[in-house]
Amino acid sequence: MKITQTQHFKAFSEPLIKSNPVFIQMLGICSALAVTVQLKTAIVMGLSLTFVLAFSNLIISMLRKVIPRNIRMIVELSVIATLVILADEVLRAFLYDISKQLSVFVGLIITNCIVMGRAETFALGNPPGLSFLDGLGNGAGYGSVLVAVAFIRELLGSGKLFGFSVIPNSFYNAGYENMGFMLLAPAAFIIIGLLVWLQKSIVKE
Amino acid sequence: MENLLSIFINSIFVGNILLAYFLGMCSFVAISRNMDSSIGLGFAVVFVLTITAPINWLIYNYLLAPGALSWAGFPEVDLSFLKFITFIAVIAVMVQAVEMVIDRFSPALYSSLGVFLPLIAVNCAILGTSLFMVERNYSFLESMVFGFGSGVGWMLAIVSMAAIRIKLRYASVPKGLEGFGITMIVTGLMAMGFMLFSGITL
Repeated sequence: MKITQTQHFKAFSEPLIKSNPVFIQMLGICSALAVTVQLKTAIVMGLSLTFVLAFSNLIISMLRKVIPRNIRMIVELSVIATLVILADEVLRAFLYDISKQLSVFVGLIITNCIVMGRAETFALGNPPGLSFLDGLGNGAGYGSVLVAVAFIRELLGSGKLFGFSVIPNSFYNAGYENMGFMLLAPAAFIIIGLLVWLQKSIVKE
Repeated sequence: MENLLSIFINSIFVGNILLAYFLGMCSFVAISRNMDSSIGLGFAVVFVLTITAPINWLIYNYLLAPGALSWAGFPEVDLSFLKFITFIAVIAVMVQAVEMVIDRFSPALYSSLGVFLPLIAVNCAILGTSLFMVERNYSFLESMVFGFGSGVGWMLAIVSMAAIRIKLRYASVPKGLEGFGITMIVTGLMAMGFMLFSGITL
């Protein structure tokens, strides 16, 4: 069997495009968009979420046979919250500036619907290895949306990528101006809307 | 007084929790399909936010903040890293308690709000408000006003979105844009409208 047809590969690759958590499952748009003004913060946010998602899936899946059904939400929340505290402390220790910029949004990973959603729908019914890969895939799918939005916003909004100016000065001399609108909140909504359109036209049934 | 009023106005319009900080999007997209549910969920969010913001303020300032435990004889203890897990637990407990109280005293209100209450525990807007409150160093009264204002702002956004979506049913939207895509773009336009209030200072 080819590697692209194994169950494990599918658990990882499906959420990347075909069932992307943001575009198709419409989960986790919540806390995400505010961090997409710059590529740097978007990437850090994507990585933190992938970490939390993969490990919460792994842990919850290992516990799935011992968690009583009626208190599963509380158990899931405490696992997720613990992982988020870990991620937050690590960011504060090693990437203090970025963690200041992300402010409350790292904490909001707890209530990010993707994490809860994957724990409920996938991790509770699948073995740990598969759940871990599903978490990685969903995290990467989510991260890629963040990076795409941040790329557009940073490039058009401030003419930079990762904080380096990429638009040559001759452009500015010729009358080109940065779109200040891209740095404001409404732009994020509109870019997501347009990306959904693009994604739907590409992945047609 | 002026300060409170300015926080209130600011949290409804300029710093709208949904349109400026993107919190509570999941339920916003899912519920705004239906007008009645939007109003019900809106009221539930206002209610829960007004209660949880001050309670979390008390817990943070008397138990978790650096030096907050000095009344118990531990002035160096800093438990602020526990704020995420504490806040989410408080929110879950409060939602459960509110649900039981409403069920006991007002069955009519319960039957209209009941279904939405559990959903609220995982609404980012609730946790987000508590976290913003800590970050901005609000006082007790300010945090209460901020909670109420954020709730009203969120409700305003979801109810107007529901109204717009009723109209949208008769619009011919491009195929790939139907549903989620157009909702996002309309929300973007709405956010632009709300930004016009940013010139107002009290």
